[in-house]
Amino acid sequence: MSQVTEVELAKRLMAGDTSAFEPFVEGMQGRLFRFAFANCGQREDAEEVAQETLLKVFESLKQLREPERIRPWVFRIAKNICYMRRRKSIYAPEEELSLDQLMPGFRDDSDGRKLEIADWSHLPEKEAMSAETREMLRKSILELPDIYRHTLLLRDMEELSTEETAEVLAINTDAVKTRLHRARLALRQKMDHRMRMETAAR
Amino acid sequence: MTTMECREIFAQLSEYLDGELPPDVCEQISGHIEDCPPCVEFVESLKKTVGLCKGMAVEVEAAPRPLPEELKARLMAALRQG
Ligand SMILES: [Zn+2]
Repeated sequence: MSQVTEVELAKRLMAGDTSAFEPFVEGMQGRLFRFAFANCGQREDAEEVAQETLLKVFESLKQLREPERIRPWVFRIAKNICYMRRRKSIYAPEEELSLDQLMPGFRDDSDGRKLEIADWSHLPEKEAMSAETREMLRKSILELPDIYRHTLLLRDMEELSTEETAEVLAINTDAVKTRLHRARLALRQKMDHRMRMETAAR
Repeated sequence: MTTMECREIFAQLSEYLDGELPPDVCEQISGHIEDCPPCVEFVESLKKTVGLCKGMAVEVEAAPRPLPEELKARLMAALRQG
């Protein structure tokens, strides 16, 4: 569901137009489930987070003065509910990642310097990923520290804008950009590591 | 990834991929990457990482079960009351 549609549906709902109810609820439930699933890793938890979030959204819809802010507002609620239900053991430690630790290694070869990274050429650019890649991706995302995982999911999976993401996370837009970059680099590194382990095991 | 210039570029790659850099900086970076095989390889892997995340949004496996009717009724009641 595009942003325009969500904002449009929120406007209609807030004006008492109940015909917007079904499409709004259905679209939001899908997005919230997806976000919570990627964020906490459990299907059942994610379904409950989506439901709890929707309930909260509808109970306090009046407090949302500007329907334009519906997306950051809803995801903020979802993020907080996820946070309260978090299972400490499966979560990655809170840590700031430095650019240095996210940089790939390299070695000097007779024909110049070579990166020590996996072969990414078989991974799809746009088309659907294999079940194996999807599993790898899910696990790698779950291993990211909270602040990076949230930023990555909001920006790259949910495709919220930098400004919207800043609002959800209560940080400024520069911090969103810094975190997003590190989150992508960290995810790249984790995927890379997994792919190399696999190649080595073959 | 292996020279000073690579390292400087490394810090800006997300903004570069998202098209958020000023045109002159952007051009400078593309110019470097074109002639730097390690950068080509690394940028490709980063681009694919971002692509996979975007791809997760359309995964059919990641669909929830339909909402319970009882919950829908509660949502509707909250809306009417609101
Ligand atoms: Zn380079």
